[in-house]
Amino acid sequence: MKEPLSTTGLILNEPLLWEKGKKGRSGFSLPQRDVDVFPMDDNLLGNGPDFPDLSELDVVRHYTRLSQWNYGVDSGMYPLGSCTMKYNPKINERQASLHGIAFSHPMLPAELSQGILKIMFHLERYLSEITGLPAVTLQPAAGAQGELAGMMMIKAFHQNSGSTKNKILIPDTAHGTNPASSAICGFTPVPVKSNELGVLSLESVASVMDEDIAGVMITNPNTLGLFEENIKEISGIVHSKGGLVYVDGANMNAIMGIVNMDDIGVDIMHLNLHKTFSTPHGGGGPGAGPVCVGKDLEPFLPVPRVVKKNGSYFLSQDFPQSIGRLHAFYGNVGVLIKAYSYILSMGSMLKKASQLAVLNANYLKERLKGTFHLPYDRPCMHECVFSDKLQEENRVTTLDIAKRLIDYGFHPPTVYFPLVVHGAIMMEPTESESRETLDLFIEACKAIADEAKQNPELLFEAPTKPKVRRMDETKAARHPYLAG
Amino acid sequence: MKEISELTLPEDVRYSDDHEWARQEGDFVRAGISDYAQDQLGDIIFVEFPEIGETFEKGEECGTVESVKTVSELYMPVGGEVTAVNENLAEHPEMVNNEPYNGGWMIEIRPTDFGEMDSLMGKNAYLKMLKG
Amino acid sequence: MRYLPHTDQDINEMLKEIGLKTLDDLFECIPKECRRTDDLNLPKPLTEWDLNTHMDNLAAEMAVPPDYKIFLGAGSYNHYIPEVVKQLISRSEFYTAYTPYQPEISQGTLQAIYEYQTIVTLLLGMDVANASMYDGASALAEALLMAIRITKRKKVAVSRLINPYYRQVVQTYLSAQGYEIVELPFLKNGTTDLSGLHDLEEFAAVAIQSPNFFGCIEDLKSQGERIHSDRKTMFVTAFTEPLAYGLIKNPGSLGSDIACGEGQSLGVPQSFGGPGLGMFASKTKYVRSMPGRLVGQTTDKNGKRGFVLTLATREQHIRREKATSNICSNQGLCALSTAMYIACTGGTGIRKLAALNHDKAEYLKKGLMDAGAVIPFDTPIFNEFVVKFPSDFKDTYAGLLKKKMVAGLSIAPFYPELSDHYLLCATETNTREDMDALIKEVKS
Repeated sequence: MKEPLSTTGLILNEPLLWEKGKKGRSGFSLPQRDVDVFPMDDNLLGNGPDFPDLSELDVVRHYTRLSQWNYGVDSGMYPLGSCTMKYNPKINERQASLHGIAFSHPMLPAELSQGILKIMFHLERYLSEITGLPAVTLQPAAGAQGELAGMMMIKAFHQNSGSTKNKILIPDTAHGTNPASSAICGFTPVPVKSNELGVLSLESVASVMDEDIAGVMITNPNTLGLFEENIKEISGIVHSKGGLVYVDGANMNAIMGIVNMDDIGVDIMHLNLHKTFSTPHGGGGPGAGPVCVGKDLEPFLPVPRVVKKNGSYFLSQDFPQSIGRLHAFYGNVGVLIKAYSYILSMGSMLKKASQLAVLNANYLKERLKGTFHLPYDRPCMHECVFSDKLQEENRVTTLDIAKRLIDYGFHPPTVYFPLVVHGAIMMEPTESESRETLDLFIEACKAIADEAKQNPELLFEAPTKPKVRRMDETKAARHPYLAG
Repeated sequence: MKEISELTLPEDVRYSDDHEWARQEGDFVRAGISDYAQDQLGDIIFVEFPEIGETFEKGEECGTVESVKTVSELYMPVGGEVTAVNENLAEHPEMVNNEPYNGGWMIEIRPTDFGEMDSLMGKNAYLKMLKG
Repeated sequence: MRYLPHTDQDINEMLKEIGLKTLDDLFECIPKECRRTDDLNLPKPLTEWDLNTHMDNLAAEMAVPPDYKIFLGAGSYNHYIPEVVKQLISRSEFYTAYTPYQPEISQGTLQAIYEYQTIVTLLLGMDVANASMYDGASALAEALLMAIRITKRKKVAVSRLINPYYRQVVQTYLSAQGYEIVELPFLKNGTTDLSGLHDLEEFAAVAIQSPNFFGCIEDLKSQGERIHSDRKTMFVTAFTEPLAYGLIKNPGSLGSDIACGEGQSLGVPQSFGGPGLGMFASKTKYVRSMPGRLVGQTTDKNGKRGFVLTLATREQHIRREKATSNICSNQGLCALSTAMYIACTGGTGIRKLAALNHDKAEYLKKGLMDAGAVIPFDTPIFNEFVVKFPSDFKDTYAGLLKKKMVAGLSIAPFYPELSDHYLLCATETNTREDMDALIKEVKS
């Protein structure tokens, strides 16, 4: 394509729901009344919520226009590090909306729910094969809830053997949910610094490891996009003092079919189905955060669990050491279906997906180093981290670069994370992006770096092309206006 | 963000190494965060104060300062009882940004030991620390 | 494979650019002993067409309406979802979008969630609502943790008439930090018994569900007054069927400090229990302690109205271990479905729909009573109610299953003292004809 990716277009304004509508309009086909009115006690009756009344076309235009203000993976590339914004296959959507799935009640007898129970059972087996860890729970509704489950299981494991270990080792590159999840379990996070190569060293872990440490939470590959090459030895050190190894599997997209977590000493890990396994992000959810564990932790998995007996599938709560229930029912089944569908579509080609994700990230890294500062100039996994150091002279920051990328038609990469890199720009292209798209992105980055030198105003004013300009976030926080 | 030469560093206050200032005012010490701190934090959204009457040691965490993108802990520059907090900041947190040493003051302390003021830095020493 | 665009030529050229020869070379930085030697043992990839057949066959093994006549609620409810909602929610700009951290290109999501937050405050009669939690159960757990944070007390009281699975989830969340949970029993009329609740000053919160698990409407007003006799104790009200508030008084007007529960009834498919929608709302003064994302209104550089995620300093990505919660994802798309659903029903429609639901359940209840069943709890209900059947009903129930009728849920597993008690539900999706058929079967 000779023309730039981004252009202008007719975007329509659309008011808030209650700024339109007229009392008496309806967008709903009220079902036939085939029973009498049973009057209710006046004391109990309320006035009903003061929702606006809208016609069907009002509703359709409202949400169609709103959707047009959004950027999605279907619109263009989202090089968001640690988010794995890969393509969301449409066929997965079809499966989740099948009548037999969408209309199923979770509390029907097992013999009337074999279809979904079978899917859940097999999904557990597939995730087990991919991670190398034998036992799985699909219940956590998101990665963070998976981490919570993981922390609870670690706590239960130690309590079961009579110990009161109450600390968790957390690297400085960790995602914020890691210390937050451990704190909810009453653990005290103990920080561990990464070394100059961007990974955890044996020495730094050994220096803080003691009998009070219940475990270590490692993201592998880590948030700098680097494989924690000392992980096997680190697991050894942690295990030697009776601790457990938890892996945050957010970056699993780099190593499917390439690393077996069980072999490298991992006891427990969570996966993000809305990252690695292509289920859509939905503008903020729903996701799913299954947890895979080694045999020693299996008794503590949340209940209910899917079991197979005599060729049929059941949900069983008969696990006395379980940490209990985290979700009202069995987790985000609608999301699980999509991941299951994805795995059946890819099979062992999941390995190829990982290889291409890593290829894309290294390609970006090689072509952009020199344009942006690369703090760790070494082979990366599926993501790479730059910084705004080279743009400092004109006071151009990571934020400005990100906002200007929007004008070029790209969603910005992850910014200001991980915290160990000042002004971090974390890029994860995923395997979905073609070389042509990557080249377009690289050209845009180079053009922006040029602008930063010659005409930084363009960056400070960016973005200029979307519906709104930079938002006054201070006003939003000082005077919160959270409902209309 | 400001260059070091652009920062306001009054002579009449002492500075702590976590970028707070303290000024002796009769029997009390008034404290807040320095111009460097407010510049680094960005637009201040909210200040969480300790309860009036609570007593803390020097260096103990006594509150938080929130900006849009981050939160920073407030530490006691000197130990003592908290006798007043700047309630005006609830409606006007921007005072911390605009007048960090005056209208943006945060807590008033009745110190247990005025001698602790000596262990804080004067303007020159603080400037030296910033230049690093 | 159609999701992987790289040709062999692409791969070779890109490898050359990096200075490598094969794809395997990319993983040299992983120590040999960490690398897998065996292949992934997964089924052969299915084509789109074979996958569809495979899934259709599995879906066919599920008992669903209209083939099955299901009179079951207990936390998951069958309500009609307008086609409009299904179509609009499939717009890829909504569902393939990321969390709206870059507001300039996420105004669609942000305005929609702001509207959702407003809808929740109107429905529940509260000041401020968040952008959603995972489900009603975790929302309740987080509400109790929020009350514990605010009051600095370590004990909560939870009604036994809250959905049993919700209570299990609360147990899991609160026991992680050793907080104490006291269970409140129930009265003969099927509502919560607060008479044994002494020493309120030790409690961070008291949690009641209304309508409760038995479908009975609790007297939240009196309960709230009792609980607020201690100035600090917080009144947490929960729900599993928010449609009720289209008809009955909302919890905010009855004294609730935090209202939380499951929003699935309003436009989210049942989908075997998930994804759900954790609705969460409270009074303004508690907003800084609230978990979850919040969307706020503001203006841009040119003074144009817009929306952003705000008060993010409460959240994990900034506060880390001191965050109000570890929650990162919300249930964005489900919240959007609910907002769309409410946009369709409108204020007028939701009242009519709620009234219809109430009347359907009352019709079924009366019919079963006339057929000889006992209604043990003499309290007004919404949508669901408990029936005491004769002790041999177990066989009748099994026989009805074979006739593709699900006569509610036996609640004895959750309330051992209530053997032969069943929880039945009727919504606008259950026809008079189907209800009559069930009543006839019970009579015989």
